[in-house]
Amino acid sequence: MDMWNIAEYLAWGISGLLIVWMVVDAIRVGMTYDEALLQSSREGADELLEQSAGKVDAS
Amino acid sequence: MSTTTPATTTVHGDRISLLKVLGPAHIWGLGVGIVLVGEFMGWNFAVGKGGALAALIACWVIGLLYTCVAMIDSEVTSTVAAAGGQYAQAKHIIGPLMAFNVALYLVMAYTMLEAGNAFIAADLLRTVAGQTGHADLNITPFILLVITSLAWLNYRGVFMTLTFNYIITAIAFLSILVLYVSVAPWTPGEVVKHDQLLTGLPYGWIGVVASLQFGMWYYLGIEGTCQAAEECRSPGRSIPLGTITGIVTLIIAASLTWYVATGLIPWEYLGQAYTPLYDAATITGSKLLMVVLFVGTLLSTLASANGCINDASRAWFSMGRDRYMPQWFGAVHPRYRTPFRSIMFLIPVAYVAATQLPVDGVITFSILAGLLGYTFMSFNIVRFRQLWPLGVIKRAYVHPFHPLPAVVLFILCMAVYFATFLGYADYLISILVFFIVASLWFSMHRYKYVRRGDQFTMPWPRPRGY
Repeated sequence: MDMWNIAEYLAWGISGLLIVWMVVDAIRVGMTYDEALLQSSREGADELLEQSAGKVDAS
Repeated sequence: MSTTTPATTTVHGDRISLLKVLGPAHIWGLGVGIVLVGEFMGWNFAVGKGGALAALIACWVIGLLYTCVAMIDSEVTSTVAAAGGQYAQAKHIIGPLMAFNVALYLVMAYTMLEAGNAFIAADLLRTVAGQTGHADLNITPFILLVITSLAWLNYRGVFMTLTFNYIITAIAFLSILVLYVSVAPWTPGEVVKHDQLLTGLPYGWIGVVASLQFGMWYYLGIEGTCQAAEECRSPGRSIPLGTITGIVTLIIAASLTWYVATGLIPWEYLGQAYTPLYDAATITGSKLLMVVLFVGTLLSTLASANGCINDASRAWFSMGRDRYMPQWFGAVHPRYRTPFRSIMFLIPVAYVAATQLPVDGVITFSILAGLLGYTFMSFNIVRFRQLWPLGVIKRAYVHPFHPLPAVVLFILCMAVYFATFLGYADYLISILVFFIVASLWFSMHRYKYVRRGDQFTMPWPRPRGY
């Protein structure tokens, strides 16, 4: 087994770990947060503008 | 599933939105990053179609096409600052069916390009393995590694993703500059031999027309900058600045690439080479240059795949958010503020395309999907100016000479369709059939799930004539 064979196994292994990490995290997020909150993003809503407007109101 | 929000959440207020952290440099890195791989490989097939001079004509003619794209896109996006880019533009300006088709163009163009890049990056490793005595390297795990590692990066946050893209794109661009300087362009005939290698137009002007299709490789994907509009701190400034400087960078890179490659490599060979810039470095005999160009080629493929994941996921996410696709895809990660489900969904799609489809077919589908999008842009800007003339809504950028860029863009798109028909008629017909079937599915089935009033979000006045 040469360096390239080891690299092949490493590539499979790292890819598998990354996929498992993303799947587990996505499931965890889905179980922890309300689905309506996760899908609450609105096109055209400018968070920075809303925050700066909030600061102006507060002052 | 729980319906509570933990006290430790990073959610701001009662909504989770994409994170607005990007600046002009990120937009430059996204746009140029997606495209620059085309300078390292692919553009040279234009040489095979019509000779070296035809490739130069294609470089500049298609450069004009993309300059029109960049100007038009910058104006519309500076007013429609939403993820999905041209999809959101089409939705507001033309209508839902056009928007659905545009979103599919985007997803297909970027996912196929991502697949092609992953394949090429892995194939480069196979070349290196072959040179070190390991024949027949299995590239499948490396394709998967490229796709999953870049998807993971995208999953974890847009700022880190596009900062990474900016850095590796800049390094790849520098490698082209290093190659250009190393051939001593100030003394023509010493290293570069244009006087001997430029042989006119071997196939006449029909060869020039045929070369237009591969001239697209010099610039394909620069319009992807629009996808990041919703994540820019100041989209009205960042998108035009990043896009216009990006197209200028690409025109310079394309011209330098053509100059070096055609001055070192006979057109008969150059027209079939898979890695023309690396081959040009090899011809110089400099080991250092070979390493520099190998690194530049590899980084350019990674930058392109990375930017493609970013853009395809935003287009898919936008469709989910508007229920053009299942709303489940419209979710934003509460910590990383990325469209995490859309990013994950496209991993297997890209992997299957990279491992099961021929790479030239994958790239041709990507080019055709992009071309359909550019054709839409020429109609879109005319209608945009008709419905909301200058002065009616605030534009951060107004493109000059309207409607000339739209007319030029349309004419050049027709020329490239003809060029594609000459070489890939079956691909052209099959992609048109695909979009017709998809449109029927959307009109007859999917559109009933869309909340029609919610999809129009821009605070614009009523359009003229309505």
